[in-house]
Amino acid sequence: MKILFYPGCTLTQKAKNFYDTAVAGFKELGIELEELKNWYCCQADFSLVTDNLMAMLAASRNLVSARKEAAELAVSCSTCYNVLKRTNHLLKNDDAKRKAITDFLEEKYDGSLKVLHLLEILRDNVGFENLAKKVKNSLAGLKIAPYYGCLLLRPDDEMQFDNPENPAIFEDFIHALGAEAVDYAHKSECCGSYLLIPSRDVVVARADKILSNAIDKGANLVITSCPLCQFNLDWTQELIKKQKGSFPTIPVFYFTELLAYALGLIKDFDKERHFVPPIIR
Amino acid sequence: MKLESKKLKTDFIKKVEELSGQNLYACYQCGKCSAGCPIVDSMDILPNQIARLIQFGEEREVLDSKTIWLCAACLQCMNRCPKGVDIARIMDAVRNIILRKGLEKFKITGLGDDFMNKIPQQALVSAFRKYT
Repeated sequence: MKILFYPGCTLTQKAKNFYDTAVAGFKELGIELEELKNWYCCQADFSLVTDNLMAMLAASRNLVSARKEAAELAVSCSTCYNVLKRTNHLLKNDDAKRKAITDFLEEKYDGSLKVLHLLEILRDNVGFENLAKKVKNSLAGLKIAPYYGCLLLRPDDEMQFDNPENPAIFEDFIHALGAEAVDYAHKSECCGSYLLIPSRDVVVARADKILSNAIDKGANLVITSCPLCQFNLDWTQELIKKQKGSFPTIPVFYFTELLAYALGLIKDFDKERHFVPPIIR
Repeated sequence: MKLESKKLKTDFIKKVEELSGQNLYACYQCGKCSAGCPIVDSMDILPNQIARLIQFGEEREVLDSKTIWLCAACLQCMNRCPKGVDIARIMDAVRNIILRKGLEKFKITGLGDDFMNKIPQQALVSAFRKYT
């Protein structure tokens, strides 16, 4: 089957490994991720002020053009997923704002597109039991810490992705690949996001807290679905090491990298796009 | 701090309410937002205190705080607020009051080529969105 796919800006460059492994992994599972034509940046932030509709135009345009081609849109990056899904929710439920936005775009749209994350497609279309049957390189023996971050989960009434306080979809994915999921306290606590730029120390402290907790619980590696979480948790480890004198580094992967590996599609990982060497054994 | 009734009648409270879409007086200071905030260690004023200061119309204290620039809208607070207040929207409203006066809190120059070449595009886009 084919599913329309929105990669987002970061996946075309800095997170090319996320893009490539997602497309390859899904293809192996019988799902072709067909890239949406002429997509725009989602603007990477859902505007929280009530009057800034300009900030929603790019996301709206993506949703409108996707709906012309399909009923569902698959998204891989947690940030894009959050922005597109929240904007879609607004277009569906707020009559006045929908009218203002669609009038400006000179389009008609009712919010009927279904915005899906790749993990949801793995769960609902492929099924984790089926996925487990297709695994060629079992990850048995590995202890994996799932890092959800914020954007997949919150606000839960709009995202409706998983339990916002105790999600389990990453754990189910990890088990399907044969590995053990590490239960730790900070799996859905923010990494500091874009504060990386104006307040780098905040992100370094966040990464230290999250990773130390995962390492204490015995994790060998961390998985995530957000390129900014990946960077914040990976790149900062050098700085944590400098600050603390020593730090037992831990590689941070996109979940699709492990998917492609477990399905036998890749033998090693894109070293250029990892700071802590991406070694799993 | 001196509480003054005239501060309750300034445009500030009205503006925050309008931009955030939140009922500011729903907050009864349980502190759940501050307890769950992952960035709270770096803040100078706790999130629940920001809500309280706005209720009293203490515009200067709020606008001068570091806290409003440190909230990354992870929505942990909103998720746990028993009164359904979205504190992240209040933070964004206050930031917008400042930014709409033409002030920019973020300059792209000086980040360094090496850093710029490494960071994900979305970090830059969101920083521009929140700080300019």
